Amino acid sequence: MLEAIRLLYAMKSVWAILCALLVGAIVIRAGGSDPLAAYAALFRGAFFEYHGIATTLVKMSPLLLAGLSVVLPLRAGLFNIGAEGQIYLGALFATLAALYLPPLPGWLHILVCSLAGAIGGGLWALIPAYLKAWHNINEVIVTLLMNYIGINLISYAVSGPMMEEGAPYPYSAEIREELWLPHILPRTDAHLGVVIGVGLAVLIYFVLQRTSIGFSINTVGRNPEAARYAGMSVRRHIVWTLVAGGALAGLAGTYEVLGLKYRLFHMFSAGYGYDGIVVAFLSGSHPLYAILAALFLGGLRSGANIMQRAVGVPTTVVDTIEGLVVIFVATSLAFRFEQSRWASLWRRRKEMDAALAGRGQQGSP
Amino acid sequence: MIDILTDPGLLADFLATSLRLSVPVIFAALGGVLSERSGVYNIGLEGMIIAGAFGAAVGGYFAGTPFVGLAVGIGFGLLCALLLAVLGVSLGVNQIVAGIAINVLMLGLTDFLSRIVFHGQGNTMHLDGFMPVAIPGLADIPVVGPVLFRQDLLVYVMYALVALTYWVMFHTRWGLNIRAVGENPRAADTAGISVPRLRYACVLASGGLAGLGGCYLVLSQIFLFSEHMSAGKGFIALAAVILGRWSPLGALLACLLFGVCDALQLRLQFANPEVPYQAFVILPYAVSILALIGLVGKPTPPAAVGLHYQRESK
Repeated sequence: MLEAIRLLYAMKSVWAILCALLVGAIVIRAGGSDPLAAYAALFRGAFFEYHGIATTLVKMSPLLLAGLSVVLPLRAGLFNIGAEGQIYLGALFATLAALYLPPLPGWLHILVCSLAGAIGGGLWALIPAYLKAWHNINEVIVTLLMNYIGINLISYAVSGPMMEEGAPYPYSAEIREELWLPHILPRTDAHLGVVIGVGLAVLIYFVLQRTSIGFSINTVGRNPEAARYAGMSVRRHIVWTLVAGGALAGLAGTYEVLGLKYRLFHMFSAGYGYDGIVVAFLSGSHPLYAILAALFLGGLRSGANIMQRAVGVPTTVVDTIEGLVVIFVATSLAFRFEQSRWASLWRRRKEMDAALAGRGQQGSP
Repeated sequence: MIDILTDPGLLADFLATSLRLSVPVIFAALGGVLSERSGVYNIGLEGMIIAGAFGAAVGGYFAGTPFVGLAVGIGFGLLCALLLAVLGVSLGVNQIVAGIAINVLMLGLTDFLSRIVFHGQGNTMHLDGFMPVAIPGLADIPVVGPVLFRQDLLVYVMYALVALTYWVMFHTRWGLNIRAVGENPRAADTAGISVPRLRYACVLASGGLAGLGGCYLVLSQIFLFSEHMSAGKGFIALAAVILGRWSPLGALLACLLFGVCDALQLRLQFANPEVPYQAFVILPYAVSILALIGLVGKPTPPAAVGLHYQRESK
């Protein structure tokens, strides 16, 4: 019985998501549609149809990379709210490298573009990182403010110096076809970006779990004082984790350009940077769970269109569901088994068992 | 561009536009000041503004009078704030995550519901709103009169609320308690102040104020509801709180500066397309960062902002 209750507590994220879907169903019902049919269309479209899966993977790529850009600094105790701006700067640098560098062989040039994108995002994160490390200025506020500066810088670039001549809308020239990321599913938009994202998630997992760098990042995040005593440079860790986070977000923007849009567009990111925060939060800042969280949110976004076509429920209902998921998961975190009534019963029973076992040994003839 | 400085009529026009653009941000920023002074980050201001705007449109649409719209709009802002308070103050969920959740939820939910409630006519309806009322005497002062005293009801409410917030914050026992709770909750608790109760009050007030900002958008400015009409005003308000150094009057001035930037940016887009208008969109954010670095005075955020307060671990 108590084991079952403990299991219930352990699976609280699942219950939270189910609660969110339940409230979402009420919202869909209120909109005059059948929630079951809507969800069936949503999840079938997102995870069980060839083109739907491809769309899910397309959406998952920036979500995962943006999520990782929040996860890594979070391990060192830093909140990167600036993924959105870093995505834009990464996309700008990658596009510049694609359009204006002398042409190299395709794969090498893609590598150079990726590097440029990572540098763009990293540089944008360097400003809040420096301000945090050397002036102790709250990184939450600075990264948030820098999003707007970044978005408008790109808006200026593509409506001014980089704008394609005669374009009806602010966007840059198209990049060469050799620089387009290879597709992973034939006849769809699904590109290599998501594979790179999963690879980086696994890499980050190993770095955090198995290397001394990862150990010191975690120590800085958990107890900066202790880290300082142990001789770790807290400042250096702040700067590097935030810059690495920025680089990851920069890659998210890079692969949106190289994999999907093939141009730099004005306002091209649909809030992926903010969704990245949601991914990081749902994953409990664990890089491998971030893959699942990004898959889930990507599925919601991709299934939404199919649901709208099939059942007529507006796609924006998935924003509602996403918000509800965060709220319920956040609420579920407040319910800890160790602090519940059940935990004291559990401890009492353990003590009882121990006492009985002890007496049993003494009393046996 | 120089014509607005030489022609008093144009100047008054320009300043009045600047004020009107800053009013919703001022409401939200006042809320931000209250909430952060009590030690709670309110990243959810954006969501509360859109909730207020939606409520104002719903109330105005069905009751046919802007006053009902006002009540419903403030009510919706309060509901969002209650959610933030339960999550952030009672349950100890990270306040930033809770705020972002509110933003995502409200932007999506209002978009979704507006299609249902207004039958897809949200963008074409015309609601009854508040019309400008000239204050006799004061409205005739050149330039200043038409800018400050030929406005609608909600602008006058805004003047009163700025003054009220300032007075409560710095001249009453409540204000002292709020600041104490935001700086050192444990000391405040020892002195017999209920930390959660005061934080609830401040967060709720901030939601009501942000909701009021949303009401202004719908009932005084645009007279319809369109999805995502808050357009980042909640985040500008957060910047104004910083630039205004967590004081109601400072936040007011910061918002007015941002309003001037916004009006300039709009003018440039139409009148001088060769000047990059983005420079003026960026300006408020850049100035806020400079303010944080200490180039525009030395700001010190409330010491306990963002931290969950627990009396004793049981």
